[in-house]
Amino acid sequence: MLDLVIIGAGPAGITAAIYAARKKIDFVLVSKDLGGQTALSADVENYTGYQFITGPDLAAKFEEHLRQFAITFHNGEAVTRIAWQAEGAGGGFAVESAKASYACRSVLIASGRRPRWLGVPGEEKFRNKGVSYCATCDGPLFSKKTVAVIGGGNSALDAALQMVNIAEKVYLVDINPALGGDEIMRRKVQTSPRVEVLNNAKTVGIAGDRFVKSLKVEVSGKARELAVSGIFVEIGSIPNSEIADFADRNDAGEIVVDCLNRTSVRGVFAAGDVTTVPEKQIIVAAGEGAKAVLGVSRYLMQEK
Amino acid sequence: MAQVKVYSTPTCPYCIRAKKYLSDKGIVFENIDVSADEEALKQMVDVSGQMGVPVLVIDGEVIVGFDQARIDQKLGL
Repeated sequence: MLDLVIIGAGPAGITAAIYAARKKIDFVLVSKDLGGQTALSADVENYTGYQFITGPDLAAKFEEHLRQFAITFHNGEAVTRIAWQAEGAGGGFAVESAKASYACRSVLIASGRRPRWLGVPGEEKFRNKGVSYCATCDGPLFSKKTVAVIGGGNSALDAALQMVNIAEKVYLVDINPALGGDEIMRRKVQTSPRVEVLNNAKTVGIAGDRFVKSLKVEVSGKARELAVSGIFVEIGSIPNSEIADFADRNDAGEIVVDCLNRTSVRGVFAAGDVTTVPEKQIIVAAGEGAKAVLGVSRYLMQEK
Repeated sequence: MAQVKVYSTPTCPYCIRAKKYLSDKGIVFENIDVSADEEALKQMVDVSGQMGVPVLVIDGEVIVGFDQARIDQKLGL
């Protein structure tokens, strides 16, 4: 039986794996991808040691560091369930994916978050047919086109600023009366001649034929149809916490952890953006991953 | 040897990963930057019926996204 299974390979999971390798804990890392949301971020200017680095480059640095160690990493494998093993089978947990089941004494959930969907008609139909949740990925496909970015926080401002350099025109569709996010980014967006900000604008639908042709909005209650070929949805994220439905979660679905990253279930730990820890930042997630494994290490010693 | 095409953009993280994966495995492929070539973008949309990158075409079979399992299967890795 393994000592530990780490679920997720974003900043929290990768940092946890590095600490676990150095602690000589017998573990495997299981994740549907590498880098998590970091790999999809544009510019990172607040990770200590790097004045400026792109998200994909930072994820590559994480991977390089991770690969220094001879660890077992099951990449491209999404965990579907965490089950309890009968005492007769040695007790502990079984972390299950579509491919395998990993018996272990403890679990660290660092499964992160995923983009929130709008939940409007046409969204699902036109996904990857003009509707995108990643401006860094799909932005370059809309060279000299008209696009809409939906949202009013930092990620929406970031997407709008990326698109300013690519698209002919960018609508920023914000449901709130005024944009949120950081002042410095807000000013850049508001002074760009290519951006038209629509406040009090509710997205009600997406239309097209094979691909997106327009975005239907209600601006202060008045219906308007914007002719766009690309739509970037940046309205926040939700935690990937479904696999932890047995543990305490808050109203937002985040896994409740104490300051030692313990969940409400003994032997199950959690770290990073999937947890109730405030401030969803790369460096915070990385730190939480380190802290969690040191806690796991202590737990394993006590349990021996 | 399999004919491999990768439709990609320079910034897309999964494109970078897909190309690195193929290179690491010693697979020769043709990279097509669809952000710089509108005709290629149209071609990619035609063959895959969608706009997400990367799109891999391996011996005529279209794989949308960096789907490592399908790539392995198709290339016998």
